[in-house]
Amino acid sequence: MSQSPSASSQGVPPTAASLAQQYPPDAPAPRTLAQLTEAGKRSEVPEGLWMRCPSCEAMVYRKNIEQNLNVCTECDHHFRIGADERVEQLCDPGSFEPMWEDLTPLDLLSFVDLKPYSERLRGESKKTGHRDAVLCGKAFVKGRGVVLAAMDSRFMMGSMGCVVGEKITRTIELAIETDLPLIIVSCSGGARMQESTLSLMQMSKTSAALARLDSEGGLFISVLADPTTGGVTASFAMLGDVILAEPKALIGFAGPRVIANTVRQDLPEGFQRSEHLQEKGFVDRIVHRKDLRSEISRIIDYAGK
Amino acid sequence: MSTASTASPAFELEFERPLTALERQIAQLEAQSDTEGYDISAEVRQLRANHTAMLKKIYASISPANVVKVARAPGRPQAIDYIRSFVKDFCELHGDRHFGDDRAIISGFGRVGPHKCMVIATHKGKDTRERIACNFGCAHPEGYRKALLKMKLAEKFNLPIVSFIDTPGAYPGVGAEERGQAEAIAVNLREMSRLRVPIVSVVIGEGGSGGALGIGVADKAAMMQYAWYSVISPEGCAAILWKAADPVSVAKAAEALKLTAQDNLKLGTVDHIIDEPLGGAHRNPATASDKIEKWITTALRDLKRFKVDNLIAKRYQRLRKLGQVGGE
Ligand SMILES: [Zn+2]
Repeated sequence: MSQSPSASSQGVPPTAASLAQQYPPDAPAPRTLAQLTEAGKRSEVPEGLWMRCPSCEAMVYRKNIEQNLNVCTECDHHFRIGADERVEQLCDPGSFEPMWEDLTPLDLLSFVDLKPYSERLRGESKKTGHRDAVLCGKAFVKGRGVVLAAMDSRFMMGSMGCVVGEKITRTIELAIETDLPLIIVSCSGGARMQESTLSLMQMSKTSAALARLDSEGGLFISVLADPTTGGVTASFAMLGDVILAEPKALIGFAGPRVIANTVRQDLPEGFQRSEHLQEKGFVDRIVHRKDLRSEISRIIDYAGK
Repeated sequence: MSTASTASPAFELEFERPLTALERQIAQLEAQSDTEGYDISAEVRQLRANHTAMLKKIYASISPANVVKVARAPGRPQAIDYIRSFVKDFCELHGDRHFGDDRAIISGFGRVGPHKCMVIATHKGKDTRERIACNFGCAHPEGYRKALLKMKLAEKFNLPIVSFIDTPGAYPGVGAEERGQAEAIAVNLREMSRLRVPIVSVVIGEGGSGGALGIGVADKAAMMQYAWYSVISPEGCAAILWKAADPVSVAKAAEALKLTAQDNLKLGTVDHIIDEPLGGAHRNPATASDKIEKWITTALRDLKRFKVDNLIAKRYQRLRKLGQVGGE
């Protein structure tokens, strides 16, 4: 640890300017879809020509999986994908215009656990080619104009700090301004601990923006991918006019381990998975990844302006 | 200063241990003077002065980990104590009209100063039976829905909302998940942002994450001096980031999370700190209660001056500006 924990709390809080200097991400911000996609491909799950599906345990040829939207060809297991690939899969080719890609997280709390937060950010940034865990912008889905945010679980488990909260809020506000349908694809471990109460406040911020969108009669389609938990589920992810979920995605407030420790009993079969949530009444439709584009455009045709 | 204001409570906080020796000494001397008739008042006065000085010193440099201990101290006043102390003519309203009546949430009409209002509070329970009944202050979805139902009732009849927060977090259980814990909290956040009446909230003890925020969206938010408010408990944070459960790691997490009232004021996540009596609210609940009442009364008076549309716009701006980003 580079500094004692007490030193950080007793000192004067750092200013935004000093923090911006302290954290210039090594990776340049990608500007075009081609660059985004390239950045995404660099960090694909386990390397090698063959891989084992964690669900059916079959040995599958990686290329086949990739060509199949990263869905297992044997059992339909939906692998986690990055935001770049999500955008590529959902949007009409070349239609996505990324926005606010320059927004950079600040280590306002000078947070140090086993590793300084600023160092973590640099590492995640290098790994993903992004500055934080969400990609936002305008796009077309089957010819329909939309405003889209796609979270990226590769960046600090898709956790929501100030940048994610700010970008999601701007995306919602853009949907209000432009009268376009809003689509948010969530996959996140929840609010980001390293920004503490400020992360928590992103929950109320995004939810307040959604109240405005709702009052204006805007359409919000919330898509839940594996995993959607914690403060993200307990804010914008659960506030969709229509809530879609990918098959077998983990969706919940508390993590399964926390619950198992609290209740000291085995959790029910399929607990906190998409199918379970649909049965309990919290998900409208479970949608296979290959159908997501057509499902979204169908809902827009029914409910969009 | 009277003994009542400085004596340690029945429970013991480890970091207050130096005080208990002094307290024993004072008690001994007093007992002697009663039975043997010596005049030792000067000596007792001196020891009391030492006691106060030591208490001041301990609390002046209290660590975040110890703030968490004070916030959780079993003898610390709870929302129900403050309601009994200064909410006049409290008229409790139960249930969410869908599933049940979550005892972890208390709600009802009441008057604070000159203001008729709707009081919403998390409830930890005063004895073991009650604590179990309300899951130690951890609300279920029906608790959040109960709170929202009563807040909508307040909106209909133009009553401001006063919310007392003291919870380790929303309940993490099978039933809570199956009945939509996340959805219930999310809906509260969205709806509270547009309720057309003033809302004030006070974190009086523990401000545990989404479970606290679920009744905490407000026009003005305050925190008691020794309350904590954070995205996760120090224990939860230590378990995930330090992969440890020992007191040293938990203390480090408490430090790193910037969970004290001072820290939250600096971050802008609360607007005001309500000072506590020397040595914490549990040493002098009446004073603590007066200060909370005064803050709420003033805050509601100020908020009632706004036209409703301005109030909602201001609330949105307050929520909107929270958080800071770089790169622009
Ligand atoms: Zn498979």
